[in-house]
Amino acid sequence: MNVYLERRTEASRTALLLAPLAAIGFTLLVCALLVAWAGAPVGRTYALLFDGAFGSRFALSETLLRATPLMLTGLACAVAFRARFYNIGAEGQLYLGALAAVAVGGLHDGVGLDLPIPVLFAGMMLAAALAGALFLLIPALLKTRLGVDEVVTTLLGNFIVLLFVSMMLDGVMKDPTAMGWPQSVALNPDLEFGKLIAKTRIHTGLLWAAGLAVGLWLMNRYSVFGLQMRAVGANAHASRFLGLPVTRVMLGTAMLSGALAGLAGAIEVAGRTSYVTLDMSPGYGYTGVVVAMLAGLHPLGVVVASVFVAGMLVGADSMSRAISVPNYIADVIVAASLLSMLVATLFAQYRLRRKQV
Amino acid sequence: MEWIDLLSSAAFWVAVLRLATPLILGTLGVLLCERAGVLNLGIEGIMAAGAFTGWLVVYLGAPLYVGVLAAAVAGMMFGLLHAVLTVPLGLSQHVSGLGVTLLATSLSYFAYRVTFPSVNTPPTITPFAEMSFLKGIPVIGPVLGGQTVMTLIALIAVPVMAWILNRTPLGLAIRMVGEDPAAAEGQGLSVTKLRMGAIIAGSALMGVAGSFLTLAAFNAFFFNMVNGRGWVCVALVVFASWRPGKALLGALIFAFFDALQLRLQQGSASLPGLPELPYQVYLMLPYLLSILALVIMARRAAYPQALMKPYRKGER
Repeated sequence: MNVYLERRTEASRTALLLAPLAAIGFTLLVCALLVAWAGAPVGRTYALLFDGAFGSRFALSETLLRATPLMLTGLACAVAFRARFYNIGAEGQLYLGALAAVAVGGLHDGVGLDLPIPVLFAGMMLAAALAGALFLLIPALLKTRLGVDEVVTTLLGNFIVLLFVSMMLDGVMKDPTAMGWPQSVALNPDLEFGKLIAKTRIHTGLLWAAGLAVGLWLMNRYSVFGLQMRAVGANAHASRFLGLPVTRVMLGTAMLSGALAGLAGAIEVAGRTSYVTLDMSPGYGYTGVVVAMLAGLHPLGVVVASVFVAGMLVGADSMSRAISVPNYIADVIVAASLLSMLVATLFAQYRLRRKQV
Repeated sequence: MEWIDLLSSAAFWVAVLRLATPLILGTLGVLLCERAGVLNLGIEGIMAAGAFTGWLVVYLGAPLYVGVLAAAVAGMMFGLLHAVLTVPLGLSQHVSGLGVTLLATSLSYFAYRVTFPSVNTPPTITPFAEMSFLKGIPVIGPVLGGQTVMTLIALIAVPVMAWILNRTPLGLAIRMVGEDPAAAEGQGLSVTKLRMGAIIAGSALMGVAGSFLTLAAFNAFFFNMVNGRGWVCVALVVFASWRPGKALLGALIFAFFDALQLRLQQGSASLPGLPELPYQVYLMLPYLLSILALVIMARRAAYPQALMKPYRKGER
């Protein structure tokens, strides 16, 4: 082929902002073929999908409910990926966070810990963040000390955590009133988040997630640690020459990422489920990777991207009840938009050139 | 049960070899991609796609070996996607591979639901039969006779892969683009073609590994049936130091513990010296072992020098 890629001297801001839209547009176009294959009218299917996601007060509230954990796992991935630390273990960290939250704030044998509610609440959130952070510290240390690739260790960690949670739900955290259903003891009702809007399921966890996104953005821009994180991500080698504590920054970033994913678990328990169950996350950790990439790893972008992805998931559920298109179309859309986004970002940074012969 | 009874029972070793088969094929697939310098995290999804495609083709009436071929083709399609994204476009191999896994998995599930909108029990096929005519061979006969032809293919694939990589000009070229692509280019080799070819061929092996699950191990397609086996293969390649022979050894060790875990989980048996633990601990063993293998081998690992480094001509 006589074309090649040439790096643009400066990636245009407009192009980078348009990249997600182009990626999503392209994805919906390709997925239209799948809808047609399933034998459904394409226009009506997409109309039902978007209507089920954003079309009514109820639809929008369900989308925002689903966006809350995705925002946090998306932030967890965005923070880590920025520093080129590929944390694919947000799923496991989420479950550990949820488990830690119930361990601190749960009603064991019908009673919670005898502490004032504000203290208990702080303890619950802290425990969840710590659980996620410390768990991710293991792959981070393995990477910085021994050079073990973090992708495989974090991925395998997800399976280990799920089995560990299952063990806990059979053991010390078992809910004796659940009649054999694998479910943890209930969270102390006083610790649950309040509803944000009456007659919906949206809870104040959404504010936590959005607030953390803004906080991370501010940290990225205005703090020394934020600058160091960006420097290490851009070029770890050069950062080391500059005398930056590269390993410490890497470990700090990993703990921050794990803490965010752990908080996602606590917020799901305190805002939506009240228990830890083995199906409380339909892959929020993995979908967080897509959210982070669609957002261009920007914390504020994560807020928007998580609402879009949540909308696809919620909309597809409601669409598949009305028309014969399986709701797995949402997962296809999410996966395909990740790949399209990769390509779209590339073309914002590079241009195709014809070879001069 | 005593250890000696377990270790001398043919049934146990039949299980070990059966559990090792998809790992052998998958690990060889990852190994081939990585020897050419490209990480392929698409394996988890490609195995799901292979499992589904192979099963569907057989369910629709094709012979079993056509199902295996179809699974290989499905693997090649997703391999081509990963190859285009990571080689000429030079995108992040981590994220692209993950994207391929998500896409291949969700497409398989979507296609399954489109073809079978409302089934509660998964439709079944007649899987590969055991090669019972081999039972007569002394010592290995009872173990080999309990396997399907796919296991035989996997076992033959190991020396074939080793021979191609170490004894042929093609293998040398593949290893060269994985170690020093600029030097390979200088020798007149096409880095793009070699890398893409290796990814596509490796992905075909991953597809076949997936089809073993539906065409030999079970007789139906289930959701989540790959269940992390693909990630285990990625870990096994590091354990094997990118050598096919050691990959076979790694897969067998791994399968040994997996088979042991299954025995212990079935509850009846407890072996002397092993404590009574919740069954989840035994299920965790394979994943913990993979991480342990990575940790032990990390220091000594002879990574292909250009692994995960995209190659763009004239760019450093």
